[in-house]
Parts: sequence; structure tokens; C-alpha cells
Amino acid sequence: MTNETINQPIEGDPDDMAVAPRIEGHSAAVAPADAKPILEVDGLRMYFPVKSPGLIRRTVGHVQAVDGVSFQVAEATSLGLVGESGCGKSTTGRLITRLYEPTAGAIRFEGQDIAHARAGELKPLRREIQMIFQDPYTSLNPRQTVGSIVGAPLVIHKVLPKDKILPRVQELLEIVGLNPEHYNRYPHEFSGGQRQRIGIARALTLQPKLLVADEPVSALDVSIQAQVINLLQDIQNEFGVAFLFIAHDLAIVRHFCPEIAVMYLGKIVEIGDRESIYTNAHHPYTQALLSAVPDVKQAAAGGRLERIRLQGDVPSPINPPSGCRFRTRCPIAQEICARHEPPLLQIGRKHKVACHFPGRLGEAPREPLTAGLLGVDSEGRPDPGASPSTDLVEQPGYADTWFDLDNKSIGRA
Amino acid sequence: MSTTSPSTASTAATRPGPLLSVRELQVHFPTQDGLVKAVDGLTFDLEAGKTLGIVGESGSGKSVSSMAIMGLHRGTNAQVSGEIELAGVNLLDISADEMRRKRGRDVSMIFQDPLSAMHPYYTVGNQIAEAYRVHHSVSRKIAKQRAVEMLDRVGIPTPEKRVNDYPHQFSGGMRQRAMIAMGLINDPGLLIADEPTTALDVTVQAQILDLLQDLQREFNSAVIIITHDLGVVAEMADDVLVMYAGRAVEHGPCKEILTHPEMPYTWGLLSSVPDLSGDTGARLVPIPGNPPSLLNPPSGCAFHPRCPHRDKVPGDLCRTELPLLVPGERGGHHTKRCHLPNPDAIYATEVLPEIAPDLAVERAKEL
Repeated sequence: MTNETINQPIEGDPDDMAVAPRIEGHSAAVAPADAKPILEVDGLRMYFPVKSPGLIRRTVGHVQAVDGVSFQVAEATSLGLVGESGCGKSTTGRLITRLYEPTAGAIRFEGQDIAHARAGELKPLRREIQMIFQDPYTSLNPRQTVGSIVGAPLVIHKVLPKDKILPRVQELLEIVGLNPEHYNRYPHEFSGGQRQRIGIARALTLQPKLLVADEPVSALDVSIQAQVINLLQDIQNEFGVAFLFIAHDLAIVRHFCPEIAVMYLGKIVEIGDRESIYTNAHHPYTQALLSAVPDVKQAAAGGRLERIRLQGDVPSPINPPSGCRFRTRCPIAQEICARHEPPLLQIGRKHKVACHFPGRLGEAPREPLTAGLLGVDSEGRPDPGASPSTDLVEQPGYADTWFDLDNKSIGRA
Repeated sequence: MSTTSPSTASTAATRPGPLLSVRELQVHFPTQDGLVKAVDGLTFDLEAGKTLGIVGESGSGKSVSSMAIMGLHRGTNAQVSGEIELAGVNLLDISADEMRRKRGRDVSMIFQDPLSAMHPYYTVGNQIAEAYRVHHSVSRKIAKQRAVEMLDRVGIPTPEKRVNDYPHQFSGGMRQRAMIAMGLINDPGLLIADEPTTALDVTVQAQILDLLQDLQREFNSAVIIITHDLGVVAEMADDVLVMYAGRAVEHGPCKEILTHPEMPYTWGLLSSVPDLSGDTGARLVPIPGNPPSLLNPPSGCAFHPRCPHRDKVPGDLCRTELPLLVPGERGGHHTKRCHLPNPDAIYATEVLPEIAPDLAVERAKEL
């Protein structure tokens, strides 16, 4: 039944739709098992200094925007980063494109650490990693024509001689579903969805291997969102681009990304493949996020579902709570959560969770699972009898063995 | 206290029927390029204690029509015609002074972006108290007390301290709560919420929607919730009105509209958002093209250039003739503006299998 949906017979406004590539198959939505990681982020930290007012601007604190984040993005697939505003997902994206220099940690792109690369070293890198911005109204220069916006990367990187640039720009406009004749128009002559296509064309100009898409559709109308998401999937299929897809809309991330990381206050609280996160979430924050999404179908069946109500707001990242950062809003928090930060524990082939009491909704264990590993008792006090586990170092990828919570044993790949 | 003119007060109490009744509302803006028909013949009723969800893309006229209800087009060059009857009084007939006395007391509004809707220079408490003192001649102290009560009611912790804070000291969710407190402090019969949760995170959105529902039950207000998110509508609304290019294209009870939509534009809205349980291998089905220009709207049905089903209508009807908003196959309460002869069958056989294969199988079994 589902295969019927692939072909879409609709042809709309020729200006906007007709030239968009139509590709069958959906490798975008599935992760190949043996894909090599193209990007590896290890213990990434970004602390922004907070300065005191006045003449002598002393540093009085730090906004811990990103605090020890590790993940991998495999070639030609997508990793989704979700979380509330202020959780550090956009900062992570900007660190990877090196719009910021990280405070600590490594960003390995194709094996090369680019975390502290200098400007000269970064220039060739810009060809490989590009970014799509959220707001199509502010990310295009209003005084430049579409042709010069999309062609600028070619000029800067001296990829093509001047007379070859225009044909390439027109080709790119065609790829993103715009009329190639419109290269000499200005951004204000286009609608929001078309502008976002211009932004995508610009990002594609240098044929990057990794695209960081920071909320690429949240500024668009719903009917246009679907057009842009389909375009991004087509691009991924055709050019094999890997995506770091940053969004707060859980349904769109689920649709686009085979692997998802959930962030809260600068840390990854749960990361895993689509199945693990959406049907087998073990972190109370992921569960609360999922239950908060309003759903058309559920209401059509009648009434609202009981949802997990998170109290209050996200705490300040300048002075985050001790131990587990989610504990101030967590429905199952206990003593140990205030004393120790939960390690990101692998609990499935492709599923890691950072919680002392990981479990499916309503099945969270009574005793902290992590106490033995951390060498403490169940309330988080140091336990002289227990020895802390030494192999709790967080790695970007997944290990071959994991803690199988259902069978209380060690699982193996 | 009672500053409304005698004529309005007497009719308000006695007249039965819907609280708000909008008839053939038109809002036109003359511009240099021509007449922009932002709202063109909008008709709906809303009873006390009920919620109406207005859905549509940007530029479909949903915000403009709600601003007309608030009387916010007065003093601009907008041409407003038709009838907006609130508790028996036509809001388009009364003077600007009378409208000002109603605004905030009989009808109030909460806006999408609470940071720009609040004055940065005054404390939150000051602004809420001001909304109260406009309609009640009480001392500052009592008004402030009332503001604290309202802040407490909308779930702001330690309201007696936070009442002295400035808007920038509040988080996004708290600001929206403060806006709701301001909107409800005079216990209005009608509350218009214009995209109340669009700027908020999902967890905070859920809190705000819960709060709105609780307060509506408590105050028995009628609520118009304007949104582009069908999920929000599905959770909140009793009735749904789908707008396109300044006109209502489908109107009916929420459950009916979401399970048996009869207008291709509504189908498009439903199919272009992924949901949390759908098939991830399936492509999203977008609505092709772009929303039309209101300066020069398409002839006939305004949706016809983007409609994938227009070839199913005999003749060239979609292009030449504007369909009327008439009851569909499923009875009087569900009206739609479309020429399609058998929309329910098309929806069940062509649209539903794409957007919800599981539901389509169920539906097929029922038949």
C-alpha cells in the first residue's frame, strides 16, 4: 500500500515545480548498515563567556551552550538533532561549520580534526561542509541577484572560469526546482519557499559532502515545508550528501533522519536509530517531548491524550543543575540524580541513553542502574564496596557490546 | 463600572443564539497596485464556551479577519463590510469609543509573539493592571492585587515577586502566560488567540494549550484559535474553519473535518505534514505551487491552479465559477467550497491510502 505514494502525479506552477527532479526510492530515510562515518564529533564543548558590565569587562561566568557532545554522521545519511530552544543544537551546527571555534573537543571530518583549524586551513574545508539557514528572509543578501548569490562560492574558490559560472548557476537553480531564467532577479521577488530553495542551491554549489541544515523548514508554511523536505531528500539521493538536520519538529525529523540525537541543556540525553527513539524511548525527556506533540490522528479519534506534563522551563545554561541536568523537571528524579551525572550508556545496538533510571514509559526501574558503574550506592553516596567501572568513556560511535536492559545481560552485535 | 451604552447592555443579556456571529465579512485594502481582498465573504457562528479553530497558510486572511473582530482596522484605510455581531451588537456599527470599551472586556486577543506584544519599558504587572483599570475604576493597589491573582492563576511561580519583573526577564512560555493573564483579566466572553504557541517549544506549547483549555472551562469564554498547525486544532477546537485566499473553503465540527475532509486543500494540509507514526519510506505529498496573490486571485475557485483533482470536475467549472460554501454529502454542519461531485470517495480511495494507510484499511473494511 505504501509504495503507491512514491510517484506523485501532481504538476503545479511550472515556475516552481516542474523542473524539480523526481527520483524514486528513499535511501534518505534508511541508514545503510556499513556506512563509514564522514563526521565524528568527540566531547565537543562550547562555553561562551559572560562579561560583567562596565569598563573592565571581567568574565563572570560561562554559558555552557554545548557541553560534551559526541556523535557520528555516516556518509550519505542524516543525523537529526532535536531539543527545545536553548539546548545547544544550533550551536553544535555552527561549531561543525566552524562559524565558532569550540572550547574543547574534536571535530573530525574525514579523519582530520578541524576543531582548531586556522582560516587558511578552513577554506578548502568550506567546499566540503555547507550550511542551510533557518530564515530565508535574512540569509540572502537583498542587494545581490540570485545569480551572484548562488555563484559566489564558485568565484571565491576559483572553481570555474568566469564564463562557465552562469551555466552552472542555471543548472543549480534547475536542480532545486527554480526557473533557471530567473538568475538575474533579486531575493525579494521570490516567496519564502523559493528563497529557501535559493539557499539550498547556494549550499550545493560546491558539491559539499556534508550539509548542516539548521531548521530548514520551520519558517515556511506547511504546504511548502513538504516541498522543501522532498527536495532535500532528492538531493541526498542524487548527490549522496550527508545531513546534520537540526530541527525542533519531531515529526519532520523522524521523517527525514534514520538516526536522531535528543539534546537537553547542551548534552545529548538520548541518541539512537529512529525505532529506538520514537518507539522505544528510554529517557524521560524524550518521552515527554514525544507526548507533547499534538497529533491530528489521535484527536480525530476523540479527545486529547494524557500527556506527560513537564513543569517549568529549561534552566539557565550559565548555572545548570548539578548531576543530571534534566532532574529539575524530571518526573522520576531521585537523590542520585542530583549527585551524579548519568553516563551515556549504550543499551541497544544503536541506542544510547543518559539516565540513572532508563526504562520505557511507566517501566522505569526503582533502583538506579548506573550506581554500580559509578561506584556509589543507590542514593549516590560513595560506596566503599563498589568499584567504579573504568570503561565509561563516551565514544562518538556505537560499541559492539551493550547493556541489555530487558534481559539484564550484555548484548552483542 | 458599567460604561457600555444602555442599548448594547440590554440586548446582550436577553438575546439567545450564538455569542459571535460573523456574516459576509469583507476586509479590503486599497493599495497602489489595486484592491487586496484579504477577507472576502467570511461567515461563521461561535457559541459561548466553544472553540473555533481557523486554519490556513500565511496570507489566507485568518489574522486579518480576527483583527476585524477586535476592531483593529479602525483608523486605517481598510474597507470593512458585512456584519460582526458579538452578543447581539454589530461591532461594525458602533462608534470607536464604544468599541474601545468592548475591546479587552468583551473581546480580547493574545498574540503570537509575546515579546513584541508587551511593552518593554513597563513591568508585566503594570501592563496587566492597566488592562484591568481601563475597564474598572479601582485603585492601583487593587488592580495590582488582581494582576497577581491572574499571574497565579496562569501558573507563574511566586507571582507576587514576578509581577514587578519586566517582560525580558520572563521566558517565552511565561510571557505567553502573562499575555493570557492580561487577555482574561476582564473575563471576556470571546478570546482570540492568534498563533498562541507558534513561537514556543513543544513541551511549553503543551503547557499553554492545557492552560487555555482549563481557563476556557473556568471562564466559559468562547475561543477563536488561529493556527497553521492542524495538530493544535485537533486538540483544541470544537469547530474548524479552513481558509484559503480570503475565503472559508471548509467549515464543520473538528472531528468531522479531520476524518472526512471534502476539500482538496484540506487534504493537502493533512498530507503535507508527517506524523509520528507514519511510514517513513513514503514521500510527503506537498501542495504544489505557491499561495495565490490576493491582488489578482485566480478565477473561479482560488485553489484551482494548485488543485490536483480539478480534472475530475466536469467542464471547466473550477476555472470559471466560484463554488459556493454549501453542505457536502455528509450533512448540514459540514460545509465546503468545492465542485468535486464525490469527495468522500476520492478521499477514501486516493488520499487516505497515501497519508494514513492503516486508516484507509479500516475505512475499506467499514464499507
